[in-house]
Amino acid sequence: MTDKTAGGDVRLAGISKHYGSFTAVHPLDLTIPQGSFFALLGASGCGKTTTLRMIAGLEEPSTGTVSLGDSEVTHLPPYKRPVNTVFQSYALFPHLNIYENVAFGLRRRGIKSVKKQVDDMLELVELGQFAQRKPHQLSGGQQQRVAVARALINHPQVLLLDEPLGALDLKLRRQMQLELKRIQTEVGITFVHVTHDQEEAMTMADTVAVMNGGRVEQLGAPAELYENPKTTFVANFLGTSNLIEAEVLEAGGSDVTVSSAGATLRLPAARCSTTPKAGGKLLVGVRPEKMSLVHADEEDTVAAGRNKVRGTIAASSFIGVSTQYVIDSPVCPELEVYVQNIERDARLAPGAEVVLHWNPEHTFGLDAAQDIDAGIETVEEGA
Amino acid sequence: MTATAAPPVAGTVTEPPVHKASLRKRLVPYWLLLPGILWLLVFFVLPMVYQASTSVQTGSLEEGFKVTWHFQTYWDALTEYYPQFLRSLLYAGTATVLCLLLGYPLAYLIAFKAGRWRNLLLVLVIAPFFTSFLIRTLAWKTILADGGPVVEVLNALHVLDVTSWLGMTEGERVLATPLAVVCGLTYNFLPFMILPLYTSLERIDTRLHEAAGDLYARPSTTFRKVTFPLSMPGVVSGTLLTFIPASGDYVNAELLGSTDTRMIGNVIQSQYLRILDYPTAAALSFILMAIVLIMVTIYIRRAGTEDLV
Repeated sequence: MTDKTAGGDVRLAGISKHYGSFTAVHPLDLTIPQGSFFALLGASGCGKTTTLRMIAGLEEPSTGTVSLGDSEVTHLPPYKRPVNTVFQSYALFPHLNIYENVAFGLRRRGIKSVKKQVDDMLELVELGQFAQRKPHQLSGGQQQRVAVARALINHPQVLLLDEPLGALDLKLRRQMQLELKRIQTEVGITFVHVTHDQEEAMTMADTVAVMNGGRVEQLGAPAELYENPKTTFVANFLGTSNLIEAEVLEAGGSDVTVSSAGATLRLPAARCSTTPKAGGKLLVGVRPEKMSLVHADEEDTVAAGRNKVRGTIAASSFIGVSTQYVIDSPVCPELEVYVQNIERDARLAPGAEVVLHWNPEHTFGLDAAQDIDAGIETVEEGA
Repeated sequence: MTATAAPPVAGTVTEPPVHKASLRKRLVPYWLLLPGILWLLVFFVLPMVYQASTSVQTGSLEEGFKVTWHFQTYWDALTEYYPQFLRSLLYAGTATVLCLLLGYPLAYLIAFKAGRWRNLLLVLVIAPFFTSFLIRTLAWKTILADGGPVVEVLNALHVLDVTSWLGMTEGERVLATPLAVVCGLTYNFLPFMILPLYTSLERIDTRLHEAAGDLYARPSTTFRKVTFPLSMPGVVSGTLLTFIPASGDYVNAELLGSTDTRMIGNVIQSQYLRILDYPTAAALSFILMAIVLIMVTIYIRRAGTEDLV
C-alpha cells in the first residue's frame, strides 16, 4: 500500500477532522491505489462521509494532508480539484435539464463543444432519450445515473460516491451496483465509495476500509475482511460471527487450544489477531455457515479433530436455500448456524439436543479485551 | 336475515351512503372557499363594479352623477396626468431596483450565513411593521431634514452633487426632492422584497452549492448559474410586491416630496377628496391598474418563472 510508483493514487496522510470538541475522524493514513474500487464502510456517524468530503475539498481537514498523485490538494477549493462527487441526494440542478446537468462541469471548464461528449455519456448511462427532461421528471434510479454521468463526464482522477444507492429500493440497488461496477471497469477511474451496506461494499469494492468511531478498524479485500476479521466490530459488522469467550490452555505451536464451558476447541495461531498466552483469555470466532449440525444421538459420526460444541436448538427459521438455527449452548447462549437444505433432518426442531462441529481451520481468534457486541446493533439499523 | 347477507342485497344497501359521502367530500373545497369568496365579493368585486360605473359617469356633486358612458374621461385623464403616471412608474421602478440591490444580499446572508442569528435578523426585518406606516414615513421627514446630519454627511461626501446632477435633488436639500420620495418608498417596501427573497433562497438545498463547486464552478459562477436562477421565484414575487404598491403609493410623495414630485396616487387622492371629481379619479385608478397589469404580465412572461415553481 506504500508503493508510490502509481501516479494517481489518493494519499491521505494523518488527516483528521474535529468539530469543536467532537472528533469526527481520528488521524488517518490511507492510500487508495489508482484505478481501484475502494469502499469506506461503516455505520452512520463513523466518519466515512467526512473522510470523503475531505478528499472532495468540501471539508477542510483539521490536521494532515490530502494528495492526488504527486500534487498536494489539502487546501485547494473543490472547484480546483480533479475530483468529482456523486452526492447522496444526487444534488441535481432542478432548474436545468438532464443535458445541461451533465454538461455543467464541461462548460465551467470553458469547453465549448460539449454535445458529442454529453450524448456519449448519456448513452453510457442509457438515458439518451431523457436529455430534455428536468430532474424531477425522472425516477430515483434515473436521477442516480444522471448524477454519475454528470460526475464521470469530467474524467476525474477520482470519483467519490457518497452513499449513492441509499435512496433506491433493494432490487434497483442490486442492479445499480452491477452497473456502477461495469462503468468503473470500463472507464478505469478510481472510485471511492462510501456506504453503510456491507453487502454493497463487498460486492463492489476491491478494497474495503471498515470505519468505526472515526477510525479505520481494518482494511483489506472483502474476502480477507470476512474470513479474518481483526476486531469484534469487523467480525460482527461484516456478516454474522459467533464469538465464544474462551480460556487459552495451550499456545506457542501452530495451533492454539482453548477451553470454554468444558468444550475444548482448537484454532490456527496464524488466525489470531492477538498473541494468545496460556492462561489468558481469547475470543474464538466462527462464521455461521462454516458450522455443521447433527442430532446429539449421532455425535459419534462427527469426524475426529473437528471442534465440537453441544447445545439445544432454541429457534429455527426455514429460508429456502438454507435453514438458520439459533443454538443455546453452554459456550454461548445464542450460536447461529446456517445449514444448507440438502437433506433435512426432521429431528432438528426447537428443543432438540444437537452437536455443532466445524473444521478448526475455520476458526479465528480475537483479543478478549474488546466489547464482544461491537458492531451488532449497527448492522440491524443499516439493514 | 339470510337475504340481507347475500351479496347483491348487501351491495344495494351499501351503495347510497358511499355516494353521499363522496358528494359531501366533493363539496368541502367549496365550503372552504366560501368565506373568502364572500369577502372578496363584498370588498373587491362590488367596489370595482361601482368604480367602473363611476368612471363613465358625468355630472357634478350638486346635480348628482349619471352614467352616460362618457369614455372621454379616460382619454382626458391620461393626457392631462401622464407626467404623474410616468413619474410613478419611474419612482416605483427605481425604488424596486434599490430594494432588490439592498434586499438580495441581506436575504442571502440570512438564508445561508446567519446561523443562529437567522431568526433575530428576520424579526428585525419585520420590526418596522410594529409601528405604523405613517409614523415611519414622518420619521424620515426628520431624518432627511434640511441641515440635519444625514444631509450634512451626504453633502460632505459630495453625494448630493451626483444626485442633483441626476436631477434627484436640488442644492443642499434632500427633503421635498425625488430622492426623498424614492428613499421613503425603498425603505417602506424593503421588507416586502426581503421576505420572498429569503423564502426562495432558504429553500435552495445547500448541497447544490457543493455540487456546483465540485463541478468546477467558482463561488461567483455558482451564484450566477445556480443560486440566482433558483431564487428567481423570490425575485419575481419580491419585485411585484414592491413595485405594485409603490406605483400606487401617495403617502411618501405627500410627506417627503413637493408639488414637483406628485405621483399618480396623489392625483387620485386629491381628485377624490379635494376636487371631488369622482369620474376622473375612478378613470385614473383604472388606467393605473391596466398599466400595472400589462407591465406585470410582460415581466412574468419574460422572467419565465412558470417552470421554476
